[in-house]
Amino acid sequence: MDHGSRRNPVEAIGAKVLGNLTYIGGLSLLLVKTMRWIGLGLFTKKVRLDGVAVSTQMIRVGIKSLGVVMLVQGFIGMILALQMEPPLALYSQQGQISSIIGIAGFRMLGPIITAVVLSGFAGASIAAEIGTMVVAEEIEAMEAMALNPVRFLVVPRVLATILMMLLLTPIADLMIAAGGYFIGKIALGPEVYREYWKSMRDILKYRDFYTGMIQAGVFGLLISLIACFEGLKVRGGAEGVGNATTMTVVYSIVAIIAAAGVFTVVFYVFKL
Amino acid sequence: MIQTQKNDNPIPSAMPVARMVDLVKRFGDHTVLDGVSLEVYPGEMLVVMGGSGCGKSTCLRHMIGSMSPDEGHVELFGKDITDMDDPELDTLRKRFGILFQSGALFNSMTVGENVALPLQEHTDLDEETIDIMVKIKLEQVGLREAVDLMPAEISGGMKKRAGLARAVALDPEILFYDEPSAGLDPVTSAEIDHLMMDLSQKLGVASVVVTHEMDSAFRIADRMVMLDKGRVLMEGRREEFEAIRDGEPTGDDRIDLIRQFLRGDSQGPITQRRQASGYEEDILNAALGGKL
Repeated sequence: MDHGSRRNPVEAIGAKVLGNLTYIGGLSLLLVKTMRWIGLGLFTKKVRLDGVAVSTQMIRVGIKSLGVVMLVQGFIGMILALQMEPPLALYSQQGQISSIIGIAGFRMLGPIITAVVLSGFAGASIAAEIGTMVVAEEIEAMEAMALNPVRFLVVPRVLATILMMLLLTPIADLMIAAGGYFIGKIALGPEVYREYWKSMRDILKYRDFYTGMIQAGVFGLLISLIACFEGLKVRGGAEGVGNATTMTVVYSIVAIIAAAGVFTVVFYVFKL
Repeated sequence: MIQTQKNDNPIPSAMPVARMVDLVKRFGDHTVLDGVSLEVYPGEMLVVMGGSGCGKSTCLRHMIGSMSPDEGHVELFGKDITDMDDPELDTLRKRFGILFQSGALFNSMTVGENVALPLQEHTDLDEETIDIMVKIKLEQVGLREAVDLMPAEISGGMKKRAGLARAVALDPEILFYDEPSAGLDPVTSAEIDHLMMDLSQKLGVASVVVTHEMDSAFRIADRMVMLDKGRVLMEGRREEFEAIRDGEPTGDDRIDLIRQFLRGDSQGPITQRRQASGYEEDILNAALGGKL
C-alpha cells in the first residue's frame, strides 16, 4: 500500500528537509553552470554571449513591468508617509518623514518590492516559457543539436533579469520618495514637504544606494534562477507548467525575503 | 519456418554506424529495456516498432545519448557513448539529426531561423551562405515559401517537414525519427514517408524510425525490429515481416503475436495476454479490501 500516507512525523520532516536540500542543490548546480557559461562568454572567444537574446529578454522582463513597478512603489511611498505622520507629529518631527522614507526606500523597499513585482511578471513568464519548451520536446531537441540549454535559455534570462532589476530599482527608489512627497503636498502639510528633498539628500549616503543595488542584483539572480530551474524540471504537460509558474512565484518571494534578511544582518554587522 | 533471430545484413561488410549491445534500462522497479541489441548500417532504413510502452522511444533516447543505460552500451560511429561527457558527445551530436514527434521547432523563431540555427552555431559559414543553405534545405522538404512563418502559423505536417529540414541542416550521417506519422492524416503521413525515403536515397544517410504505424513502416523499411516488453521479439528484412503479416496463424505464440501486431487485429495473443493478466485476482483483491 501507499507508504507516503503512513509516514510518522519524524520521517515526514526528514523527507521535507531532504526535498528542500535537493532543491537547493539543484539550484546551486544551475547557478554554477550559468556562471561558467557567462565566464566563458566574457573571457573566451569560443563562446559568444548573445546580446540580441539578452535585450529581447530585457524588453520582455522589464519594459512590461515598468508601469506596475512605478505604480506600486508610488503607493508604497504614500502609505509610508501617511502611516508615519501621526506618531511623528506627537513629537513634532514630521520633517523626519522624508529621511525615513529615503533610507527605507533606497536601502530595502525599492529593491525588495521591485523584486516581488518582477517575480510575478518575469519569473512566472520565464518558468512558463521554458516549461512549455520542455513539454514540446524543444529542450531535448536543443540538446540533441549539441546546443546547451543553460547557455541558450538560462544565461540570457539571468543576465536580462539582473540588468532589469538594476535599471528598475533606481526608478523604484525615486517613485517611493515621490509618493511620500505627493502625500505631504496634498494631505500632510508644509512641515512634511517644505524641506522634503533637502533633508532626504542630507541623510542619504552613497552606500544607501549601492547596498540597495547589490541586493537588487542578487534578487534578480534568484528570481531568474528559480524560474529557469522550475521551468526546466517541468514534467507532464500543461499541469506541470502551471505548477512551475506557481512555485516560481512562491519560492522567489521566500528567497527574496530570506536574502534580504541575510543582507540586512551583514550590512548591520559591517556598518554599511 | 521463418528465419528470425539473426540474419544477413543488407551490407554485411560495412561497420554499423550505430549499435546497441545488451541494453538494460530500469525506471524504479520497472524494466523498460531488458537486454536490447540492434545495429544500424550505413544507408539503410531501420524501423523499430512495437506497441505503446514496449520501450521503443526509450531505445531511441539511448541512441541519441539523452539517456544512459543501467547495463550494456551504445556505440555511435564506432565510439562508445555510454560514459561520454557532454563536450565529447556534442561533437558526435553534430553528425546525426533527429525529427521529434512534434517537430520540436523553437516557437520563438521563424521556420528559416530554426533551420539556420545549427548552421550558425556549428559552422563558420557567413550569413549569406547560411541563407542559401536554409533555402536549399527548405526546398528539399518543399517549404521554401514558409521561411518567414512562425511555427504557430503552420500545420502539423509542415512542422514535421520544417523539423526535418533542420535535422538535415548539418548533413548528418544518421537520421532518427520519433513517430514521424503520429498525428498526421494518411495523405500527409504518406508525403512525409516519401520525403524520408527521398532524403535517405539522395543523402545516403542511415535512418532509424520509431513507429507503430504499420502502413508507414512497411512503406519505408529496409529492415525492421519488433520490440515487446523491452526485448527484441524479431529482427529481419521487411519481406520477412510481410510474409508473417500475409500468412496464416502458425500456432507459435511469438509469430502470432507479431502477426496480430502487424495486421492490427483485435483478436490474438496480445489481447489474450492482456486478459490473462490477473483480472480475477484483481477483482477478488478489491472485494476483500486488499487483504489477498
